[in-house]
Parts: sequence; structure tokens; C-alpha cells
Amino acid sequence: MTTLITDTRTVFSRELRPVLRDPFTIIFSMVQPLVFLALFAPLLPGADALQWFVPGIIVMSCLFASSMTGSNLLFEIQTGSHERMLVTPLRRPALLIGRALKEIVPMFAQAALIVAVCVPFGFRFNLAGALLGLVVLATFCIGLGALSYTLALAAKNQEWLFWTVQQTLIFPLLLLAGVLLPIENGPGWLRALAKGNPLSYVVDAERSLFNGDIWTSATVSGVVAAAAVAALGLWAGVRAMRRSD
Amino acid sequence: MIETRGLTKHFKDVRAVDGIDLTVAPGELVALLGPNGAGKSTTLRMLTTLIPPSSGTARVAGFDVVRQQREVRLRIGYIGQGNGAGHSQRGRDELISQGRAYGLSVRDARTRAGRLVDSLGLAEVADRRVSSLSGGQRRRLDIAMGLIHAPELLFLDEPSTGLDPQNRANLQEHILALRAEHETTIVLTTHYLDEADSMAERVIVIDHGRIVADDSPARLKAEHVGDRIVLGFDAETEAARAASTLAAYDPGREGTRLTITTQGAPRRVPGMLDDLRAAGHPAAEVEVIRPTLDDVFLKLTGRSLREGGAAQEPANSTDELVEV
Repeated sequence: MTTLITDTRTVFSRELRPVLRDPFTIIFSMVQPLVFLALFAPLLPGADALQWFVPGIIVMSCLFASSMTGSNLLFEIQTGSHERMLVTPLRRPALLIGRALKEIVPMFAQAALIVAVCVPFGFRFNLAGALLGLVVLATFCIGLGALSYTLALAAKNQEWLFWTVQQTLIFPLLLLAGVLLPIENGPGWLRALAKGNPLSYVVDAERSLFNGDIWTSATVSGVVAAAAVAALGLWAGVRAMRRSD
Repeated sequence: MIETRGLTKHFKDVRAVDGIDLTVAPGELVALLGPNGAGKSTTLRMLTTLIPPSSGTARVAGFDVVRQQREVRLRIGYIGQGNGAGHSQRGRDELISQGRAYGLSVRDARTRAGRLVDSLGLAEVADRRVSSLSGGQRRRLDIAMGLIHAPELLFLDEPSTGLDPQNRANLQEHILALRAEHETTIVLTTHYLDEADSMAERVIVIDHGRIVADDSPARLKAEHVGDRIVLGFDAETEAARAASTLAAYDPGREGTRLTITTQGAPRRVPGMLDDLRAAGHPAAEVEVIRPTLDDVFLKLTGRSLREGGAAQEPANSTDELVEV
């Protein structure tokens, strides 16, 4: 018999297979944040800029990747294979989680690469904290991936709509989370907006966890924010699948 | 196998499906026939759990399509209008993951995939990217996808649309062979008349979201249209006299031609010809026109399927047949 876990594995491995058969695209996309890191990090003031910046970069690449979850789906909605999968007994959350994980897992390989490159330049991290940080990040990204999936279902035959909404939302989400520059020195309204951004809490938690400060209020807030986004995404995604026609 | 009561679906103001009562017994091969937009696909999408009905109920393979979706999904196969296999995937991979979705072990999924690949003539292309396959090959792959778990009930939505006649015939053969082998119950939608005619034992004609007829192709034709016998004579006077000889058949005359609508025409024609010869005005030519399902559709709805639902009269039809 199948379970949510086996269903998720079925969807995940189906999604990942074409990537593994043609790994060049993924290798190319893995190098991109390194370029970003090399050109941006030297501009940041302070000796421990990397400590602050590296967790943010890892969050950023996962954010971009999981927000793309719906883009492959758009094509499969048009060709008919998504409809075929909806008629199978695959559990609906597995369709969402499996597809989101396919975007996230390569990003974890990338995270390892980023960390490996940064250590010679003085980046220090706590392994247990970092691994826990990735779990929190994955939780958040499953939620975001599910929302991207929902957006694709809603946009269906209008690809431009998907991309417009995705691009419109992703940058405010990123900038208001203090990934690239610290929010603390910004004006009050900006800090207020950042407080309403669940990604802010995830980013703070990542920084704290990578540093080895595991049992902090930042971690708890990050876990809560990530879980809330995951729950919201799965709820919206399952609902959208039931209503799609 | 299928039991619906008052099955209805409306999209905003449009009643796509308007109160369908349908019973399909195990082992039947049923064709839903109707023009585009008649509600065939919407009916199928409700029966396969893809969309919830607006009202009414449907039990498929013994389970309710709204409250027991998972049980329904486990027991049915569905081949939609699009391509079930992802275009960036390879056919065999897709077959195996489809098997896994139904809970087959990796080994069983692999074995069944291999068997289907062989029996559907896909051995050479199963390990290529789906996007590189021809339309016919992709369609056969879709059929294989729908069969990986050996469902007791198979739905096919417009299975042969977009295929050339040769591929279409090929596909029909595969579907019939499959049915003979596994005793699968099959429900398909089509707007190809010949397909419904040659494959299905039972044709359900749907128009404007309602069932307008439900019977075997032969009985539909006999009941709603009947055969036509056209007799030609050398002169109008002869035709007129022949008309009185055959008055019992209520023939219509148009110049030198008589048209008789009846049932079982091939058995009646020899007797008619004998009567005409005995009466001294033998027929010069004779033609028996068996009705098509399009004639049935025209009779029932006033529109021709062949013309894409437009209110047009086919060339071989007489005026009385157009009246509804």
C-alpha cells in the first residue's frame, strides 16, 4: 500500500529524473549564487560579513527555486500529464510536496557548495545548527512551492500571469526579509513591513542556527513561521486541485 | 459499475451537464457520442473525480465520486484528451512511476511496463523522450499509462482525436483486444461516428448536457431512422404507377424516383422488385441506404454531428428526415 511518504517519493523521483538525466542545467544554476556571493559580499562592511551574508544567500537560492515549482507544472497542465496524475490515487499533498522538494533538494547541494567555498575565506558554522536550519528552510520552501503550484493552477493557460505574480511577489519578499542588506537601520515603515514577512523570521533563524545558537527565540519564531507557511501552502494547494476544472 | 442520478454540472450560467441518469454494467463498452460542448467530457471528468458535480450523485466502481475519491481512483484508469506522459520524461520511466502511484512495487511496475510496451508496439521508443515521439506513439503510450494497474474500468476521452485514419484504426484494435483479454469495462467519448458505430455495443447520444438516446447502434438506427429504399424508373408515369403498387409502404415520389423508409430493407427489396415486375412496371435501379449514427443524431437533435453541430442537412438526407 502507499502512504503519504511513498507518494511523495513517487512524485519527487519522477520530477527529479529528467534533471538527473540532463544535469547541466542544474550545474549551471548552482554556480550562479557563487558569482553573486563573490561580487556582493566584498561590498558588505565588517569583518564578519560572511557570517551574516552566507545564510541569507542560501535562503535566497531556495526561495527562488521553490517559487519556480509551478513553472514546470504550467507546461504539464497544458500537455495533460498533470490531469493524468490527478486521477491517480496519489495523495494531493504528496503532489505538492514532491514537486517542491524537487526544487529544494538541488539547492541543498548548492548550499553545501557555498559553505565549502566560503570556509577558506573565514566562514564558520555549526554543523548541527546548519542541518536544523536546512530543515526549517525546507519546511518554508514546501509551503512556498505549494503556493507556486496553486498560482500555476490559477494561471493555467496564461503563462504570463504566473510569471507576473511570481516576480511581483518574490522581490518584496526577499528585500523585506533582510537577506541582502540589514533591515535594522531602515525607516520604521520598512521595519514594520518586515515584521509581517514570514521570511524575515526564517532568515533570522538561519543566521542564528548556522552560528550555533540553536535554542533561541529566533529559532522558535523561524520554525513557527516556516510551519505556518507550509500549512497555508498545502491547504491552498489541495483546495485549488479540488476546484480546478 | 457506474450509477449516476441527476448528475449535473454548471459553470457559471452554463449547464454543461444537465441531470444525467446513467447505469453501466460490468464488461460493457459504452460510447458517449455528441458534438463538441455537448457535455461528454464534463461527464467523464465528474466520473473520474477530476471535478465535483454541482448536484446529483455518481457511484463509480462501487464508490461515491465525491466522498470516496481515493477508492474510485484506485479502481479506474483514465486516458484524457491530452498526453498523460510528461513531455520531458521517458515513456518507460513514466509507466513505472504511474505504477508506483497505484502502489505497485518497483519490480511489478517494471514488469508490467515492459509487457505493455511490448503489446502496444512501443519497444523501440519507450526509452526516448516523450516529446520526440509521433502523435500515434504518444497516444499508445497514454493508453499504456491508463492500463498499468489493470483497472476494472477504463475511461477514454476522445482517444483518437488528432490521429490519422490508420493510427485511429490501430488504436481501436488495441482497445478492443485489451477488452477481450481483460474484460475491462470501457467508457469512451467520441465525436467520430464510425468509431462509436464500429466499437461500442451501446451508444449514448448526448446533446446540451442531456442523454437524448441510449441503445445499441443497430437499434438506434432502426428505431429512429430506419433504412431507406430508393427505386428509380425510366419514366415518371411508371414511377407513379409503381407508387400505387407499393402503396402499403407509403412511398414518397420525386420525379422518376420513389423513396421508402422502412426497417430491414435488404429483406424487403427482393419482394418489392417481384411485385413491381408482376405489376408490369419493373424498377430500373435500386439503392438501399442504411442509416448512419449521424442520421440518428440529426433526427434526434435537428443538427448534424458531421457538420460540427451546425444546423445543416447532409447530402443524402431527405426533407422528412430533418423534421424533428
